[in-house]
Amino acid sequence: MPRIVGVDIPDKKAIRYAFRYIHGIGPKYADEIIAKLGLDPTTKAMDLTESEVASISQLLDSEYLVEGALRRQVQQNIQRLRDIKAYRGDRHRRGLPVRGQRTKCNARTRKGRKKTVAGKKGVKG
Amino acid sequence: MARSLKKGPFVDERIYNKVLKAKESGNRDAIKTWSRACTIVPEFVGHTFKVHNGRAFNEVFITEDMVGHKLGEFALTRTFRGHTNKKEGIKSGR
Repeated sequence: MPRIVGVDIPDKKAIRYAFRYIHGIGPKYADEIIAKLGLDPTTKAMDLTESEVASISQLLDSEYLVEGALRRQVQQNIQRLRDIKAYRGDRHRRGLPVRGQRTKCNARTRKGRKKTVAGKKGVKG
Repeated sequence: MARSLKKGPFVDERIYNKVLKAKESGNRDAIKTWSRACTIVPEFVGHTFKVHNGRAFNEVFITEDMVGHKLGEFALTRTFRGHTNKKEGIKSGR
Protein backbone atom coordinates (compact mmCIF):
# COMPACT_ATOMS: atom_id res chain seq x y z
CA MET A 1 0.00 0.00 0.00
CA PRO A 2 1.54 3.28 -1.08
CA ARG A 3 1.75 6.18 1.32
CA ILE A 4 1.18 9.61 -0.15
CA VAL A 5 1.51 12.78 1.88
CA GLY A 6 1.68 11.53 5.44
CA VAL A 7 -0.59 8.75 6.54
CA ASP A 8 -2.92 8.46 3.60
CA ILE A 9 -2.94 4.91 2.34
CA PRO A 10 -5.36 4.57 -0.54
CA ASP A 11 -5.99 0.90 -1.26
CA LYS A 12 -6.52 -1.34 -4.21
CA LYS A 13 -8.83 0.98 -6.06
CA ALA A 14 -8.04 2.68 -9.34
CA ILE A 15 -5.96 5.76 -8.59
CA ARG A 16 -8.66 7.97 -10.03
CA TYR A 17 -10.74 7.04 -6.99
CA ALA A 18 -7.95 6.22 -4.55
CA PHE A 19 -6.61 9.78 -4.65
CA ARG A 20 -9.89 11.04 -3.28
CA TYR A 21 -9.06 9.52 0.09
CA ILE A 22 -6.62 12.38 0.54
CA HIS A 23 -8.25 15.31 2.36
CA GLY A 24 -8.47 18.09 -0.17
CA ILE A 25 -8.49 15.91 -3.28
CA GLY A 26 -11.89 15.40 -4.89
CA PRO A 27 -13.00 14.17 -8.29
CA LYS A 28 -11.73 17.27 -10.03
CA TYR A 29 -8.25 17.36 -8.56
CA ALA A 30 -7.85 13.58 -8.82
CA ASP A 31 -8.35 13.75 -12.56
CA GLU A 32 -6.20 16.85 -12.79
CA ILE A 33 -3.26 15.19 -11.05
CA ILE A 34 -3.51 12.13 -13.26
CA ALA A 35 -3.57 14.30 -16.36
CA LYS A 36 -0.59 16.35 -15.22
CA LEU A 37 1.54 13.29 -14.55
CA GLY A 38 0.31 11.39 -17.59
CA LEU A 39 -0.77 8.37 -15.55
CA ASP A 40 -3.39 5.80 -16.44
CA PRO A 41 -6.47 6.55 -14.30
CA THR A 42 -7.32 2.86 -14.04
CA THR A 43 -4.06 1.65 -12.50
CA LYS A 44 -4.58 0.34 -9.01
CA ALA A 45 -2.95 2.29 -6.23
CA MET A 46 -0.94 -0.76 -5.20
CA ASP A 47 0.59 -0.99 -8.67
CA LEU A 48 2.13 2.47 -8.58
CA THR A 49 5.89 2.44 -8.89
CA GLU A 50 8.16 4.12 -6.37
CA SER A 51 9.03 6.90 -8.75
CA GLU A 52 5.38 7.52 -9.55
CA VAL A 53 4.56 7.80 -5.87
CA ALA A 54 7.45 10.22 -5.45
CA SER A 55 6.31 12.40 -8.32
CA ILE A 56 2.76 12.45 -6.96
CA SER A 57 3.99 13.51 -3.54
CA GLN A 58 6.10 16.20 -5.07
CA LEU A 59 3.22 17.55 -7.13
CA LEU A 60 0.92 17.59 -4.12
CA ASP A 61 3.50 19.38 -2.01
CA SER A 62 4.16 22.05 -4.54
CA GLU A 63 0.78 22.80 -6.04
CA TYR A 64 -2.01 21.60 -3.78
CA LEU A 65 -3.24 22.36 -0.31
CA VAL A 66 -4.01 19.02 1.29
CA GLU A 67 -4.43 17.33 4.67
CA GLY A 68 -3.00 19.23 7.64
CA ALA A 69 -2.22 22.40 5.76
CA LEU A 70 -5.74 22.57 4.36
CA ARG A 71 -7.34 21.83 7.71
CA ARG A 72 -5.21 24.52 9.29
CA GLN A 73 -6.26 27.04 6.71
CA VAL A 74 -9.95 26.30 7.22
CA GLN A 75 -9.49 26.72 10.97
CA GLN A 76 -7.68 29.99 10.42
CA ASN A 77 -10.48 31.31 8.26
CA ILE A 78 -12.98 30.50 10.98
CA GLN A 79 -10.73 32.00 13.63
CA ARG A 80 -10.50 35.17 11.59
CA LEU A 81 -14.28 35.49 11.51
CA ARG A 82 -14.34 35.05 15.29
CA ASP A 83 -11.62 37.57 15.90
CA ILE A 84 -13.25 40.36 13.95
CA LYS A 85 -16.51 39.78 15.80
CA ALA A 86 -18.45 39.17 12.62
CA TYR A 87 -21.90 37.63 12.67
CA ARG A 88 -20.59 34.48 11.05
CA GLY A 89 -17.88 34.17 13.69
CA ASP A 90 -20.53 34.42 16.36
CA ARG A 91 -22.49 31.59 14.79
CA HIS A 92 -19.38 29.43 14.75
CA ARG A 93 -18.79 30.22 18.40
CA ARG A 94 -22.31 29.21 19.34
CA GLY A 95 -22.33 26.10 17.22
CA LEU A 96 -25.31 27.25 15.18
CA PRO A 97 -25.72 27.23 11.40
CA VAL A 98 -23.67 29.98 9.79
CA ARG A 99 -25.40 30.52 6.47
CA GLY A 100 -28.81 31.75 7.50
CA GLN A 101 -30.63 28.45 7.83
CA ARG A 102 -33.61 28.17 10.13
CA THR A 103 -33.08 26.99 13.66
CA LYS A 104 -36.64 26.72 14.91
CA CYS A 105 -36.46 23.09 13.93
CA ASN A 106 -33.79 20.94 12.34
CA ALA A 107 -30.23 22.32 12.18
CA ARG A 108 -29.25 19.16 14.06
CA THR A 109 -25.91 18.81 12.31
CA ARG A 110 -24.67 21.99 13.94
CA LYS A 111 -26.61 21.79 17.17
CA GLY A 112 -25.89 18.15 17.90
CA ARG A 113 -28.35 15.67 19.33
CA LYS A 114 -31.68 16.84 20.60
CA LYS A 115 -31.70 18.24 24.10
CA THR A 116 -35.20 17.61 25.40
CA VAL A 117 -36.66 20.39 27.49
CA ALA A 118 -39.29 19.54 30.11
CA GLY A 119 -42.70 21.13 29.77
CA LYS A 120 -42.43 21.77 26.10
CA LYS A 121 -45.00 19.16 25.06
CA GLY A 122 -48.27 19.93 23.32
CA VAL A 123 -49.83 23.12 22.08
CA LYS A 124 -51.33 24.29 25.36
CA GLY A 125 -48.05 23.95 27.24
CA MET B 1 -25.27 34.08 -4.17
CA ALA B 2 -22.25 36.20 -4.86
CA ARG B 3 -22.59 39.65 -6.31
CA SER B 4 -21.77 40.15 -9.96
CA LEU B 5 -18.14 41.18 -10.43
CA LYS B 6 -19.18 43.54 -13.17
CA LYS B 7 -20.83 45.81 -10.67
CA GLY B 8 -17.98 45.88 -8.20
CA PRO B 9 -18.51 46.07 -4.46
CA PHE B 10 -21.35 48.15 -3.08
CA VAL B 11 -19.98 51.09 -1.17
CA ASP B 12 -22.29 53.78 0.10
CA GLU B 13 -20.90 56.91 -1.51
CA ARG B 14 -21.99 59.22 1.24
CA ILE B 15 -20.06 57.22 3.78
CA TYR B 16 -17.09 56.88 1.49
CA ASN B 17 -16.89 60.64 1.00
CA LYS B 18 -17.34 61.24 4.70
CA VAL B 19 -14.46 58.92 5.48
CA LEU B 20 -12.21 60.67 3.00
CA LYS B 21 -13.12 64.01 4.45
CA ALA B 22 -12.55 62.81 7.98
CA LYS B 23 -9.17 61.47 7.00
CA GLU B 24 -8.16 64.70 5.40
CA SER B 25 -9.12 66.81 8.38
CA GLY B 26 -7.81 64.26 10.88
CA ASN B 27 -11.25 63.98 12.41
CA ARG B 28 -11.55 60.70 14.26
CA ASP B 29 -15.18 60.95 15.35
CA ALA B 30 -17.32 57.91 14.69
CA ILE B 31 -19.58 58.15 11.65
CA LYS B 32 -23.19 57.31 12.30
CA THR B 33 -24.73 55.22 9.57
CA TRP B 34 -27.71 53.12 8.70
CA SER B 35 -25.99 51.71 5.66
CA ARG B 36 -25.39 48.19 6.89
CA ALA B 37 -25.07 46.87 3.36
CA CYS B 38 -22.03 49.00 2.64
CA THR B 39 -18.89 46.98 1.94
CA ILE B 40 -15.83 47.86 3.98
CA VAL B 41 -13.06 49.11 1.72
CA PRO B 42 -9.39 49.56 2.68
CA GLU B 43 -9.88 53.31 3.13
CA PHE B 44 -12.13 52.61 6.13
CA VAL B 45 -9.40 50.87 8.14
CA GLY B 46 -8.64 52.61 11.40
CA HIS B 47 -11.91 54.48 11.46
CA THR B 48 -14.83 53.98 13.80
CA PHE B 49 -18.43 53.69 12.68
CA LYS B 50 -21.66 53.69 14.55
CA VAL B 51 -23.71 51.11 12.72
CA HIS B 52 -27.44 51.02 13.26
CA ASN B 53 -28.85 47.67 14.31
CA GLY B 54 -32.51 48.69 14.11
CA ARG B 55 -32.60 50.12 17.58
CA ALA B 56 -29.29 51.62 18.54
CA PHE B 57 -25.90 52.33 17.07
CA ASN B 58 -23.10 49.84 17.64
CA GLU B 59 -19.59 51.18 17.61
CA VAL B 60 -17.45 49.29 15.15
CA PHE B 61 -13.74 49.93 14.86
CA ILE B 62 -12.55 48.82 11.44
CA THR B 63 -9.45 46.66 11.31
CA GLU B 64 -7.64 45.37 8.28
CA ASP B 65 -9.21 41.93 8.56
CA MET B 66 -12.68 43.38 8.12
CA VAL B 67 -12.08 44.61 4.59
CA GLY B 68 -14.47 42.95 2.18
CA HIS B 69 -17.14 42.36 4.80
CA LYS B 70 -20.18 44.56 5.23
CA LEU B 71 -20.78 47.01 8.04
CA GLY B 72 -23.92 45.19 9.12
CA GLU B 73 -22.01 42.01 9.88
CA PHE B 74 -20.57 43.70 12.95
CA ALA B 75 -23.75 45.17 14.40
CA LEU B 76 -26.00 42.31 15.43
CA THR B 77 -29.73 42.86 15.10
CA ARG B 78 -30.98 40.21 17.46
CA THR B 79 -30.71 39.76 21.18
CA PHE B 80 -30.67 36.26 22.52
CA ARG B 81 -30.27 36.03 26.22
CA GLY B 82 -30.54 32.28 26.51
CA HIS B 83 -33.45 30.06 27.42
CA THR B 84 -35.25 30.14 30.74
CA ASN B 85 -33.37 28.76 33.67
CA LYS B 86 -34.99 25.51 34.82
CA LYS B 87 -34.57 26.13 38.55
CA GLU B 88 -35.48 29.75 38.73
CA GLY B 89 -38.05 29.70 35.95
CA ILE B 90 -37.31 33.25 34.87
CA LYS B 91 -35.49 34.71 31.96
CA SER B 92 -31.97 35.50 32.95
CA GLY B 93 -30.69 38.93 32.20
CA ARG B 94 -32.33 42.01 30.77
